[in-house]
Amino acid sequence: MKKKSGMLAAPFGIWMALFTIVPIGIVLWFAFTDANGQFTFDNVREIFAFDPSKGETLWNDSFVSTILYSLWLGFLTTVISLVIAYPLAFSISRATERVQLTMVMLVMLPMWMNFLLRTQAIKSLLSESGLLNQFLGLFGVGSLEILNTDVAIVIGLVYDFLPFMILPLYSVMVKIGKSEIEAAQDLGANVFSVFRRVVLPLSVPGILNGITMVFVPSVSTFVISTLLGGSKRMMIGDVIESMFVGEAPNRGVGSALALVLMVLILICMAVTRLADKSESTEEGGFAL
Amino acid sequence: MKTLSRIYNVIIFGLLYFPIIMVIVFSFNSARYTPMEWKDFSLQWYEKLFQNEEILNALSVTLQVALISTLAATVIGTLAAIGIHAMNRKLRRVMLTINNFPMVNPEVVSGVAFMLLFVALAAVLPVFKPGFFTLCIAHVTFCTPYVVLQIMPKLRQTDGRLYEAALDLGCTPLQAFFKVTIPEILPGILTGALMAFTMSLDDFAISYFTAGSSAQTLSVTIYSMVKRPVTPEIYALSTLLFGTVFVLLLLANIGQVRDISRRSKRARR
Repeated sequence: MKKKSGMLAAPFGIWMALFTIVPIGIVLWFAFTDANGQFTFDNVREIFAFDPSKGETLWNDSFVSTILYSLWLGFLTTVISLVIAYPLAFSISRATERVQLTMVMLVMLPMWMNFLLRTQAIKSLLSESGLLNQFLGLFGVGSLEILNTDVAIVIGLVYDFLPFMILPLYSVMVKIGKSEIEAAQDLGANVFSVFRRVVLPLSVPGILNGITMVFVPSVSTFVISTLLGGSKRMMIGDVIESMFVGEAPNRGVGSALALVLMVLILICMAVTRLADKSESTEEGGFAL
Repeated sequence: MKTLSRIYNVIIFGLLYFPIIMVIVFSFNSARYTPMEWKDFSLQWYEKLFQNEEILNALSVTLQVALISTLAATVIGTLAAIGIHAMNRKLRRVMLTINNFPMVNPEVVSGVAFMLLFVALAAVLPVFKPGFFTLCIAHVTFCTPYVVLQIMPKLRQTDGRLYEAALDLGCTPLQAFFKVTIPEILPGILTGALMAFTMSLDDFAISYFTAGSSAQTLSVTIYSMVKRPVTPEIYALSTLLFGTVFVLLLLANIGQVRDISRRSKRARR
């Protein structure tokens, strides 16, 4: 009977093979062939090459610099989200069951307003004559130019992906019993050491899941950056998009870039997972 | 400490909701163009919304795609979870890794990969020309993993012997499946389906690469509008959608909260 019910996963297996593995295979194929279908490393080489005669350096205007820039913004977004979400998730997990339900609902609800519109609203908030600058004006602080800077992009990213940090944190923290914390207190631990020696270690799986769920989409975003950052500087997602739907499409280089992004993110995730000694992949990680 | 954390929560939730409130407020504004500047109260965008073919069309495509892909993802995902649960450890690991892949893979990469696949397939089979059908396929693919992940923990909590007992008592495997297994994991199936529906409605990146020009979802339409100035009709529509979900969730929440207080009352007695 056991053997037979394994077959129930067959449609899933076939579906996934056809629509996730095959497409990635096609990306690989495009990344390593030229226009005539001949095998080539040119696409990959183009990503790591830069042309000093055009004023490109490794840190400026090359594909590599775009990748590093995206990783940096993704890193900032993840750290800021973690810092903001951690106390919030903890205080939700300590509330009564009733309050918890309501708060979790309040965390998820913003996802039902289209993120492009929310980003648009942030854009007008941050603009030169926007509410933020009007508010700062009341205190005599001169108008800040936030829109079209990296700060604006990070604000937008943190805003959009914050729920993805709060929920995994909460779902782990809610399992930390009151008794564990009280036991530590009885044994003479102060607030700081309760946090460091009880709460923090027990919430590691949630932290790792949250990092994954915020880092991946923020590194690879391709809309928020153009809306909030202006067109001064593209993120890697914008470049990939322009390689496929832009005015001068180049599927070979685009595929190679997609591949590099995928590999980089998988490496980052593997490093994150190393920190996790428990077997959370078996659990499938995040659950609401 | 307690008041401090309360103030903190209010601030964070305030920030989280501020842009949403702005969208709602500006759906009632009479002035047409972004930058958002308040003029007078008006309901004209709600009236115009129901005459705007482009938006209504996109709404209907979005809902159809979400319904179809939720249904398909729930069936495929439920069967998959049961199948994976019955597998040995090694095979289970492989399947779960495959399952996690679409969730960890960056959306742009998935989108681009789908686009290349459908372009290649369309050369042989015209059904795969980017449009409604390809949208559904892509959505089923990224929704199914969420269903599987919601059901797996429920299966781990179930008692396999119940299914066998049903067989011993004369159920056919199919009967036992519908009478024992499904009811036991139903909460997981329902949350999985709800997540799939939410993900499908909310998706932009993958729809953007797979939609083609014949069937645009709401977020793709909104994206094309964000480039030119957004028309406030879209604020009106979003306010209506958001309001609907808010009321539904509120009702569900009240129900759950009542449930809890009833349970705790009973416990006290």
